[in-house]
Amino acid sequence: MAERDRRRRGFRREHLVQALFLAPAALFLLLFFGYPVVKNVVMSLQEYTTRTFFTGEAPWVGLANYATAVGSSLFAPAMLNTALFTLGSIAGQFVIGLALANFFKRRFPLSGFLRSMLLLPWLLPLIVSSATWRSMLDQDSGILNAFLRNLGVIQEPVPWLTSPSVALLAVVLVNIWVGIPFNVTLLYGGLQEIPEELYEAGAVDGATGWKAFWHITWPNLRPVASVVLVLGVVYTLKVLDIILGLTNGGPANATQTLAVRSYQESFVNFQFGVGAAFSNILILISLVFAVVYLRMNRRAVDE
Amino acid sequence: MKKASLTCLMAMAAIAPLALTACGGGSSQSAPNEKVDSLTVLDYYNNEPDKTHIQGALDKCAEQLGVTLKRETVPGKDLIQKVLQRSSSRTLPDVLMLDNPDVQEIAATGGLAPLDDFGVDTSGFAQGMLDAATYEGKVYGLAPTANTLGLFYNKEMLTAAGIQPPKTWDELEAAAEKLTTGDRYGLAFSAIATYEGSWQFLPFMWTNGGEETDLKSPKVAEALGFIDGLVSSGSASKSVVNWSQADVRDQFAAGKAAMMINGPWQIPSLAKTPNIKWAAVQVPVNGQGQTPVAPLGGEVWTVPQTGNKAKQAKSAELVQCISSDENQLALAKERFTVPTKTALAGEYVKAVPEMAAFTEQVANAQSRTGKLGKEWPKTATVMYTAIQLALTDQASPQEAFTKAEAK
Repeated sequence: MAERDRRRRGFRREHLVQALFLAPAALFLLLFFGYPVVKNVVMSLQEYTTRTFFTGEAPWVGLANYATAVGSSLFAPAMLNTALFTLGSIAGQFVIGLALANFFKRRFPLSGFLRSMLLLPWLLPLIVSSATWRSMLDQDSGILNAFLRNLGVIQEPVPWLTSPSVALLAVVLVNIWVGIPFNVTLLYGGLQEIPEELYEAGAVDGATGWKAFWHITWPNLRPVASVVLVLGVVYTLKVLDIILGLTNGGPANATQTLAVRSYQESFVNFQFGVGAAFSNILILISLVFAVVYLRMNRRAVDE
Repeated sequence: MKKASLTCLMAMAAIAPLALTACGGGSSQSAPNEKVDSLTVLDYYNNEPDKTHIQGALDKCAEQLGVTLKRETVPGKDLIQKVLQRSSSRTLPDVLMLDNPDVQEIAATGGLAPLDDFGVDTSGFAQGMLDAATYEGKVYGLAPTANTLGLFYNKEMLTAAGIQPPKTWDELEAAAEKLTTGDRYGLAFSAIATYEGSWQFLPFMWTNGGEETDLKSPKVAEALGFIDGLVSSGSASKSVVNWSQADVRDQFAAGKAAMMINGPWQIPSLAKTPNIKWAAVQVPVNGQGQTPVAPLGGEVWTVPQTGNKAKQAKSAELVQCISSDENQLALAKERFTVPTKTALAGEYVKAVPEMAAFTEQVANAQSRTGKLGKEWPKTATVMYTAIQLALTDQASPQEAFTKAEAK
């Protein structure tokens, strides 16, 4: 009896210590992530204007801001653009990232150096990348058009950022470039985890090249790949700097996404409530993906 | 499961920064002490050479008033966010510089003190500048200098083509067409999807008799049609929808545009390409007898409501001092801007003759918020959207504003 009591007390103390260690992290999350999310929800239900910042008065308006957001004629295009931007970016980043990760799995001279060079897009501030890309994509004097023209790929300059029908593709391409390092780094790590013996055994059974990839690499990489994809989706949904830097949502609203709408309503039109409504819609969409991911993982554990 | 919940947290972490953060805390010190020996200043002149020029003017005034200044400069696009954060935490600076179209928006929050309260003399200033700084009948700030838009032209290119600087739209159109050769465009301007695009459209719209309160009028459509024509005929690049005014300057400085619509604040950087010989005239008018009307730019110095009356009074003195005749002329000469006291125009143009066209333009210039007040952001958004719709052939100039408004 006494023995068990002591053990239970010890057990409790251990719990207390664990909780104490967790507390700073939990507090941090609550303060810096919980508070803004709650504040954002509250704000979206208020008439929040520049005046509010000084007076603190923000009358409740119920769902009026959501009605404004969803009712605007830019809502449907922004939804579609967000979907296209996210899907296009993710597909490009992932496929190219995976190819590069596979490529770097082999050892060859300078592979370490090249791999670190590949991180460059990640290290550059987004505002710098987008400014650089903006000049490279210039219709008349941009280096990309000059390059393509010299190769004979195009006759007429491509209006990368100046035609409403091409601009979205251009921002997707730049965002793919920005996202490749993240994909390569995580996928490369994932590839390193796959034991070499599997490939050796596979080779004995005649699984080499693509066969080895489908039957050995891909199944073993799946957990990492799903993390990369879900994080990629969540990151890409909220991309703002790249679009603002390249096109500002133009030309003629062709690159408006939910994130751009949220920014413009808040900081260009000073309609903070409507801006918050837009960003909450975005958070909801992100949550859907997070939940899908959780479901996927739970099933994997159950099996 | 552990891994999954971690990912969920990471996912939350990834989206949370999108949420707006409002900083709380902080309290105003409102003890009305008699002696004021230091003031805080916030402005957006964070780039050289403006940063140093403004510092010079501030230092001179600080010495006169017997105070020390603590100055903070932030990038232009961050200023309003900073001001809003500071007003919610009651930590506004003693002296605040604002871009003139933002003054009414900020004055409407109740965060600024009317200069009347401190007996500041506002006589002699250009009416457009006072209009911009006036909210509900009270003046909230003074600007030492102003700027506006004009037509810069490359002297050598015009001479080579035998062209006189254009005064009317017809002349501008003809000149732009003639000056377009190879990889050079006749004219460059900004039609970007920001307020810069709207601001550059205003001289055409206003000069033609269009009004920002009635964007669907034929006069506004005619102005848009004129710009649209320049792009569709190839006299101006299709890239104008993606060019900021700095990009326009770069095109001009690189010799890729023979003329450009731009402001005198570009002159210091144009001086870095001395091989480009330029001059400037007022923005051309549509018909004979029209007066060129351009938008008034420039920054206004204001006194926020900090609760410390003694400091506010001192701040008002500082605002008055920065806009003194002597400071206006000094700043105007250094920064290629125009004094806001109209009486100083003659003396200024004598000293800086290349600013003659801009000085004349400022005399008739209008403020963006004079009629619209707090409605300016919304209207400016409709304007640049309409411009972009027309220039990218998504709408005709006649229907562009209707389509842009339906957002």
